[in-house]
Amino acid sequence: MVAPAFTLMFLLLLGPLLGVIALSFTDYQLGSPSFSWIGLANYRDMFGDRVFWLSLRNTLTYVAIVVPAAVALGLAVALLIESGSSLRSWYRTIYFLPVMATLIAMSIVWEFMLHPQFGLINGLLQGVGLEGFSWLQDRRTALYALCVIGIWQALGFNMVLFLAGLVSIPRQLYDAAEIDGAHGAWARFRLVTWPMLGPTTVFVVVITGIRSFQVFDTVHVLTKGGPSKSSEVLIHTMYVEGFEFFRSGYGAALTVVFLVFVLLLTLVKSALTNRGVHYT
Amino acid sequence: MTPRHRTVVWSVARHLLLLCGAAFILLPFLWMISTASKPQTEIFSKSIHFIPHSFALWDNLATAFGKANLWRFLLNGVVVTASIFVLQVLIALPAAYALAKLRFAGREVLFALVLFCILIPPQATAIPVFLLFHQIGILDSYAALIVPFTISAFGIFLMRQFFKTVPDDLIEAARMDGISEFGIVWRVMLPTAIPALTAFGIFSVVAHWNDYFWPLIVLNSEHLRTPPLGVAAFRNEEAGTNYGPLMAAAIVIIAPLVVAFLLAQRRFIEGITLTGIK
Amino acid sequence: MARIELNGVRKTFDSAEILKGIDLAIEDGEFIALIGPSGCGKSTLLRIIAGLEPQSAGEVHIDGVPVDGVRPSARNLAMVFQSYALYPHLTVFDNIAVPLRMRRHSALARMPVVGRLLPERSRVERGIREDVERVAAQLELSALLRRKPGQLSGGQRQRVAVGRAIVREPVGFLFDEPLSNLDAKLRVHMRAELAQLHRQLKATFVYVTHDQAEAMTMSSRIAVMIEGDIVQIGTPAEVYENPGDIRVAEFVGSPKINVLPGLVRADGGLEVLGRPLGLQTSAPAGRCSICVRPERVEPGAGSGAISGTVAHLENLGAEAFVHVKVDRIDLPLVARVNPDRQLPTIGSAIDFAFPASAVRVFDAAGKRIEVVAPVRSERVREKALG
Repeated sequence: MVAPAFTLMFLLLLGPLLGVIALSFTDYQLGSPSFSWIGLANYRDMFGDRVFWLSLRNTLTYVAIVVPAAVALGLAVALLIESGSSLRSWYRTIYFLPVMATLIAMSIVWEFMLHPQFGLINGLLQGVGLEGFSWLQDRRTALYALCVIGIWQALGFNMVLFLAGLVSIPRQLYDAAEIDGAHGAWARFRLVTWPMLGPTTVFVVVITGIRSFQVFDTVHVLTKGGPSKSSEVLIHTMYVEGFEFFRSGYGAALTVVFLVFVLLLTLVKSALTNRGVHYT
Repeated sequence: MTPRHRTVVWSVARHLLLLCGAAFILLPFLWMISTASKPQTEIFSKSIHFIPHSFALWDNLATAFGKANLWRFLLNGVVVTASIFVLQVLIALPAAYALAKLRFAGREVLFALVLFCILIPPQATAIPVFLLFHQIGILDSYAALIVPFTISAFGIFLMRQFFKTVPDDLIEAARMDGISEFGIVWRVMLPTAIPALTAFGIFSVVAHWNDYFWPLIVLNSEHLRTPPLGVAAFRNEEAGTNYGPLMAAAIVIIAPLVVAFLLAQRRFIEGITLTGIK
Repeated sequence: MARIELNGVRKTFDSAEILKGIDLAIEDGEFIALIGPSGCGKSTLLRIIAGLEPQSAGEVHIDGVPVDGVRPSARNLAMVFQSYALYPHLTVFDNIAVPLRMRRHSALARMPVVGRLLPERSRVERGIREDVERVAAQLELSALLRRKPGQLSGGQRQRVAVGRAIVREPVGFLFDEPLSNLDAKLRVHMRAELAQLHRQLKATFVYVTHDQAEAMTMSSRIAVMIEGDIVQIGTPAEVYENPGDIRVAEFVGSPKINVLPGLVRADGGLEVLGRPLGLQTSAPAGRCSICVRPERVEPGAGSGAISGTVAHLENLGAEAFVHVKVDRIDLPLVARVNPDRQLPTIGSAIDFAFPASAVRVFDAAGKRIEVVAPVRSERVREKALG
């Protein structure tokens, strides 16, 4: 009964996972008849490569911008929606739309909105007397433009998770806080909402982090990592090396670096969870 | 300020803030629809206006369908997402049932493996799976698009958690009635699991309809393109010129899921946020 | 200490009227229980007194001062919730300290980092520590101060909730079904503890419960609420012995009071099951309900009053209940008997009677009818039973 599932699991998940690690110690290239074990040479190349460091730095910048912004905005929107009763489901629907919409299609829309001459954004900026940018073609702005799209897309997902967290806070706790003298929105938030949202927040931060590390679609369609590598990110570098240059071994080494970061985030999550952010 | 005034002020502030955010969220959608409805001359004009002076949506749609094989992309999307989901269920359900309800040696180890596999991001296995498919010669085919996702560790986990809540009595009654173990999975467990399965189905379909990374890697042929790949290719071919039809194509690609979402919001939000229960 | 007065308090949700004009004066230092079936509005009334919910109409006065628009915490009432509503992320100490910190620290001193820099903060904290430890000692929580609510038993959580309530010395306490999450044994124990606490604090207690046993055992007065109205207020004995309404009679007392179909004859005489009861009333003729508490039913009372068959027996050890099926009555009659006596066997025929003084009569609308026994009542009764 478990045989098909676990055969496929070994074949398509666990095997390839080990495979990618093994591959990172080889010089295998797609199509070449043989390969040899070259130890840490791929990693040595990688650490000596300016593009890798750029890519890593850009990815970390992307994560460092998107995670706090998408989490804070998601929380803020959830709190605002939950603080009143009118139009709740309308707002929820609107904010959730980007999660549903195919990101590639919406990236193309964003690209047009960010168009230097005919784009909506620059048009609006000119309307208020500001100079626009060639957002995606300018090395100063390309990565940040991608961040904005990333936040735009992740916000609604986080909002929904926070809404679920908010709903599960027992109402009697707010009553107790009121009786105990916690007046005002801030005191209630500090005494009840924020601590009770602890587990949700940890989860939202980690999942947004992991997703941000995986950023690829927007980069590939909009900038291809450019201009001059200013928006190059890990998975895109891995894609280029592994599937455009077919340097499978080197691509595998990049994958391993990516895996390490994802693993770190997961560890952070379980560490925080075990430290008792979960209550009974 | 009296409390009543305060509530009114707060309510106005709440709507103002939320509407500002909503404007940011909706802007691309509105601009997409607006542009798709404008003729070429209006698109490349300096003035910003959302309502087109002359309505050209049908022309743009016709051009989009004429230049790119959108029907084919949509069909491919349906074939791929449906096959993936059906295979995921066929493979995950028996495993989930066994992990939830049967006692056998190594069950805990296997379950731990499932939990571990949930954590493996799809990008991590891309290179070896690609090499494997290259080796057996199934690149650039439906199989290449479908096979890697037939195993969903998350699906197994989810259904296992659900099956845990099904009373043992039900299964024992089925065994007393002489139903085989596989019969129990399909005839007893499956019907009870419809709500969980619906949520998982939405999760799976949305993820794979929108997936770009993997189809990009394994596909070459135009006729196999999935919707995201199709619209991206259309954009590359029409780079920077034909924005009207391009936006019309984007509408066509996102429409199926967005419309389904608007019709069954609660279910979709449930499905997509499933990952929230991990 | 506090006298709480409610005048014409109404509450409507949408179009449903939850409270239909409640007048209630709760005396200083009193232990009053609000009881009634679920949905009768008793919890809503408590929340209105607390200030957690505004009333739709009417006034609440505490010590003669109207408190409409006064914040819950400023009303100086404490509340103990059904779920205890302890802050799960705070230790027992911090839970009890919350109301003190909210009161004694300025908003600035409560800020996460800045607060610690303020000089007066540590002085205030010392005072808080003393008070929390005093209350913890009183409630035997001293050993648990470092624990979190998740690590406590139900009874301990209950005591922490009480501790959080008493630490700021409020003028009154509001309890919202505080024992309903405890198991039966603990509930009996906590009943005694709460009654003891009331004697100690001498504060006003308002106690909401659906469990009439809690109300009977702890309170000095009971207000019975049914469908948004207070139907009767009185001491436990009054409410039990002299219910003014059949719904009160049926709600108070376990097992439930026996209800028999009766008749007021044109001449004012009362009948049950076609037999004269030997009681007179001035109420108009018509159908009525004859109610008798199970402990006043005397089974096997000689020369057959009302006859039936034994349908069921419940022997609880200290007492036993005989369920008797009587013709023309849907529900079996329940009689309490001493299990020392030979219990009848199920299915056997049984006769029973009850003294005229045990009978409570209600008219068709459920209102109490006063009855008198004529002078030669005993003879009439004997005749009736004979």
